[in-house]
Amino acid sequence: MHEEILLQNRRPDRPATLEEYRASGGYGPLAQSLRGGSPRDLVAAVKDSGLRGRGGAGFPAGIKWSGVPVDKTEPRYVVANTDEMEPGAFKDRVLVESDPHQVIEGITLAGYAVSARKGFFFVRASYEHVAVLMENALEEARRAGFLGENILGSGFSFDIAVHRSAGRYICGESSAQIRSLQGVRPNPSKGGPHLTEQGLFGQPTLLHSVETLACMPHIARHGAEWFKNLAASEEAEGTKLYTVSGRVSRPGCYELPNGTSLRKIIFEAAGGMAQGYEFKACLPGGGSTSLLDQSFLSASMDYDSLKKLGVRMGTGTVVVFDQDTCLVGAVLNLTRFFARESCGWCTPCREGLPYIRELFARIEKGQGAPEYVDMIEEMADQMRHSYCAFAPGAVAPIQGLLAHFRDEVEEHLRRGGCPFNAPSAGPWQEAWTSYEQERPGGEA
Amino acid sequence: MHTNDLDAHLDALVRSAETPREKAVDVMFALQRRYGYLSDEALERGARILGLTPLELEELATFYDFIYREPVGRYVIHVCDGVVCWMHHENAVFEHLRRRLGVELGQTTTDGMFTLLPVSCIGDCHNAPSMMINCRFYGRLTPSGVDRILEEYRHKPAESARHG
Repeated sequence: MHEEILLQNRRPDRPATLEEYRASGGYGPLAQSLRGGSPRDLVAAVKDSGLRGRGGAGFPAGIKWSGVPVDKTEPRYVVANTDEMEPGAFKDRVLVESDPHQVIEGITLAGYAVSARKGFFFVRASYEHVAVLMENALEEARRAGFLGENILGSGFSFDIAVHRSAGRYICGESSAQIRSLQGVRPNPSKGGPHLTEQGLFGQPTLLHSVETLACMPHIARHGAEWFKNLAASEEAEGTKLYTVSGRVSRPGCYELPNGTSLRKIIFEAAGGMAQGYEFKACLPGGGSTSLLDQSFLSASMDYDSLKKLGVRMGTGTVVVFDQDTCLVGAVLNLTRFFARESCGWCTPCREGLPYIRELFARIEKGQGAPEYVDMIEEMADQMRHSYCAFAPGAVAPIQGLLAHFRDEVEEHLRRGGCPFNAPSAGPWQEAWTSYEQERPGGEA
Repeated sequence: MHTNDLDAHLDALVRSAETPREKAVDVMFALQRRYGYLSDEALERGARILGLTPLELEELATFYDFIYREPVGRYVIHVCDGVVCWMHHENAVFEHLRRRLGVELGQTTTDGMFTLLPVSCIGDCHNAPSMMINCRFYGRLTPSGVDRILEEYRHKPAESARHG
C-alpha cells in the first residue's frame, strides 16, 4: 500500500484544522528552517529532490528557484497558481480543501527560500469557497505566528494575499497570470527576462502550481532522497495527485506514487470502468493532452516516461471515455472550449480554433467531407506557430484523435453522421429522449 | 451597503494593494454586488477608484466571464459544459433548465430571479453533471434534483450573490 503525503490529512467532510495539521507535523519544517536552516539549504533540497512543477510543464523546480537572483533586488514575490481550469482537473481544489495550512506552509517556505516578502494565492472564480477557506486559514496562521511580521521570532516577515480571478483559462499560463495579478488584460507575454528575474511588478517572482508548493514542507522535513524514492518509476519523484473522471466507477482525486501506470490509476484507484462500460480512450492530463487508446495503459504517468512516448502528462488529470461515447463529439466539445477560452492575441489560435470547431461540427452532423480531415490536420499542425502554449495544447486531443481513432472519424464520413446512438443509462438520457420527442418534427 | 460605505470599503481595498489596479477584479465584484451587474455607472465609478480610464477597466471587464456587463438575475445558474459533464448529458441539463425557467441561454427569467449561462469546466468533474448557482456547486444532478434546487432558491430570502 502506498503512502499518502499531500492528502494525509484529508477527511471526507471538512478541511483539516490548524491543530490537526500541526499534529501531523505541520509547521514543524517552517519552524526548523527559520531556526536553523538557511534559504540556501531549502533551494538545495528542492534541487536534489528533483521536484518538477506539477502545473503541466514539468519544469524542474530547483532550476526555477536557482533562477531567482541572489542579489538584493527587493521586493520579491511568490505566486501560488490555483487557477486550475483544465477540463477534467480538480486536484488543486481537493488539495486546498483537504489541508489549507499545508499550502500556506509550502508558500511560506518558498518565500523564505527566495527571500520574498509577499505571496499571492491566485484562485479561479468558480473556487470561491476555496478562496474563503484560504482567507480563514491565513488569518489562523497569522494569529498562530506562522505568517506576518517576524514569523516565530525569526526576523523573517512574509504574508500571503488571496487574489480572486474572474474566470478564463489563459490566466493559468504564468505570464498571463502575472498580468492578471497586476490588473492588466491577461494575454500571455513572451520574450524578455524570466519571471524569476522580472515577474510581478517587474520584480523577481517564483510562480508555481499549488501542488508543487505543497510538496515543500515534506521535502524540508524528510529530505530530498526520501522524496525521490516515493515515486513509482526511475524517472519520477514524489507522489502525484491524479484525478480520474468520466466513465469510471469511482471518479475522484487519488494521491499515488508519481509514475504509477495509467492502468493502475484507472482500474485500481478509480475502480475501473463504470458498470456496463468498456474502456475506449482517455486524456491523460486534461483537455490539453492527447487522446490515448488502450495501448498506452501500461505507460507510467510521469513527465519523462510519457514524453518518451511523445505524450504530455499535463496536469495528470485523467478523463476516461467508454466504447459508446463519440470521440468526435468529445473533441468537438474540447475545441469549443478552447475556441471560447482563446485570449484572441494571435491569429492561428483566434482564427484557427473556431475554424476547426466548425469542421468537426459538420463532420458530427453528417455534413463532413474527407478533405476536412486533412484541413484539420494541417491547421492543428500549424498551431505550433502560435504565440503561446495554449493552441498547441488545444489541438493535442485532435492530434490524438487522428493518430489513434482516425477510423472513428472516417466512420462519421462514411455513414454521413455520428455512428453512436446507443443510449446511455440514467435519468438525463430519459429526460433527453422525452424532450427530443416533444420537439416539433421530433419522433413522437 | 450605503454609497459612502461602499466607497470607503473600496478605497481601503485599493490601499491594501501594491498598486491600485491589482484590485480591479475585487472592485468589479464589489460593484457588481451593489448594482446587480457592472453597469456603465458602476464601471465609471470603479475606474475612478482604481485610477484607470473607463476604457481601461472595460478592457478587463470584457475579458473575464464572471464580470457581467449586462443585467443578470438574482441567481446566476452556470451549467458546466466541460467535456466530462458533456459525457454526462449536460445538453439535457440545459434543456431541462430552459423548459423549467422558460428562458434561452444567456437570458433572465421575467421575475428577475434566474439567469442561465454555460460555463467552462468548473472543476467538479467527479460530480458530473454539475452546475453552480452564484458560485455554489451542485453536482450529480438529476432532473428531479434540479427541480428541488430551483424551488429552494425561489423560496430563499434575498441573499446578495457572492460574485453578483
